[in-house]
Amino acid sequence: MAQAIGLSGRPSRLIPGFPFSLWITTGGLGALVLLPLAAMVAMGLAKGPVAFAAALADRRVLAAFRVTIGAALAAATISAIGGLLLAWVLTRYRFPGRRIIDAAVDLPFALPTAVAGIALTALYAPNGWVGGILAQFGITIAFTPLGIVVALVFVGLPFVIRAVQPVLEDLPADEEEAAHLLGATRAQIFLRVILPAIGPALITGFTMAFARGLGEYGSVIFIAGNKPMVSEILPLLIVIQLDQFNYTGAAAIGTLMLLASFVLLLAINRLQAWIGQPGIGHR
Amino acid sequence: MSGHAIRADTCLARPLLIGLAMLLAGLVLGLPLAIVLAEAFAHGIGAYLAALTDPDTLDAVVLTLIVALCSVGTTTVFGVAAAWCIARFHFRGRAVLLTLIDLPFSVSPVVAGLVQVLLFGRRGWLGPFLVTHDIRIVFALPGIVLATIFVTLPFVARELIPLMEAQGSAEEEAALSLGASGWQTFMRVTLPNIRGALLTGVLLANARAMGEFGAVSVVSGHIRGATNTMPLHVEILFNDYQIEAAFAVASVLALLALVTLGAKIALEDRWPQPQTIGKTAQ
Repeated sequence: MAQAIGLSGRPSRLIPGFPFSLWITTGGLGALVLLPLAAMVAMGLAKGPVAFAAALADRRVLAAFRVTIGAALAAATISAIGGLLLAWVLTRYRFPGRRIIDAAVDLPFALPTAVAGIALTALYAPNGWVGGILAQFGITIAFTPLGIVVALVFVGLPFVIRAVQPVLEDLPADEEEAAHLLGATRAQIFLRVILPAIGPALITGFTMAFARGLGEYGSVIFIAGNKPMVSEILPLLIVIQLDQFNYTGAAAIGTLMLLASFVLLLAINRLQAWIGQPGIGHR
Repeated sequence: MSGHAIRADTCLARPLLIGLAMLLAGLVLGLPLAIVLAEAFAHGIGAYLAALTDPDTLDAVVLTLIVALCSVGTTTVFGVAAAWCIARFHFRGRAVLLTLIDLPFSVSPVVAGLVQVLLFGRRGWLGPFLVTHDIRIVFALPGIVLATIFVTLPFVARELIPLMEAQGSAEEEAALSLGASGWQTFMRVTLPNIRGALLTGVLLANARAMGEFGAVSVVSGHIRGATNTMPLHVEILFNDYQIEAAFAVASVLALLALVTLGAKIALEDRWPQPQTIGKTAQ
């Protein structure tokens, strides 16, 4: 059944430990991840498809759907534009502070989401450093859906940067030079030569940021204000259903979110195969 | 003339783009860190230290360390085993296994907590059994550990698999054909080759385990001094309007994140990842 990968890809029978390592892997994954997920799907569907659909068709749940998907899409779009800018500047220019910014890009991966949540809330509250300035222009971010977008940009930005950066670094200079010699303007070179080359990586980063945004909880709930029908996200609705001991409702929302993340995971795998890069920014 | 135009354009674009990028980085990455420190020390170092030495805070620190130890241990054993069977063998279902290993990364942390409640909660699948045998999992330490294991499980595997695939098995085969046992080969050949990636995976898993909020929040029940990890303690203090105390605890977690990033960069300098990593096999 199993063949070890030997020298130059030929099968080798020398390497031991296949059954042992496979048992640990499948056993661990099965018991710790797949069985609990199966329990959730089973419980979501336990009262039949009608009850499942009814749990999802609730007005408050539908509103949370719109808020979550809308905020995740907006944040992924902003992350894609901002991430492209940062990736471009970090790979193309040398300037003081470049290495520090490059290292800091990973911060949202490492910073606990609750810390990000309270920090962003303090920054964007009407009396905060940023919120205070925006308040003078009549813009309120914290405790509105805009706050959700701000939090999701924070967690989504590094996905785009880390997806685009390696592709930009490997981009051969000769095509740009040729375009330049043939009289193309900077804008034309960017739109016709560079953008098509980094397009797949940019889409991958966008999809990763979107997928992360759909499920994000910790950095969002502090700044969102959590007003029913206005600024409640889907993961928060799961928590609310659990607090009310509505296990079926919570399981139904969870099952739908699991389905969404599985589809997005497959899409990201496909995109990565397309641009030929393993696990970029997979944290 | 056109050359002149391009040069003028470039002169303008370069500082403009660098300025915009620095502004964006400062706004998104710099300010959140700065405000954590500013708020934590808003009432001086005495108040800061008092917040950190509060008994509830110390309980949260101890619980966080226990949870991190359990989940990092599990993800390490799992990661090494998964990398061994996926990077060293071809078998049916290998691509499916590889995708499923990634699943916890893409599932919402709240779902990771929810599934534990549905499985082990009072009204969950195993609820009746657990109640009759007086075993508490949800709203207790085991639930917090299980939820954290769920979200951290792929970390070590994801670092090891691409590296071990790129390295190939030639050195291991040489050791085995010279008479080394499987265990000797693993300890003396494989482990030295993968230690950089292994440490990186452990480091990242640890940071995530100590900082996990969503998954743990669902299963913990927020019992002060009992089931309160540091991120949950931050939430409780913040919602209690003990803002400086919340940011004091948050500053410790922020420091952990910075140390993790620094150590990751140091590890990658010491043991560089191969540049021509083969695509994670599909």
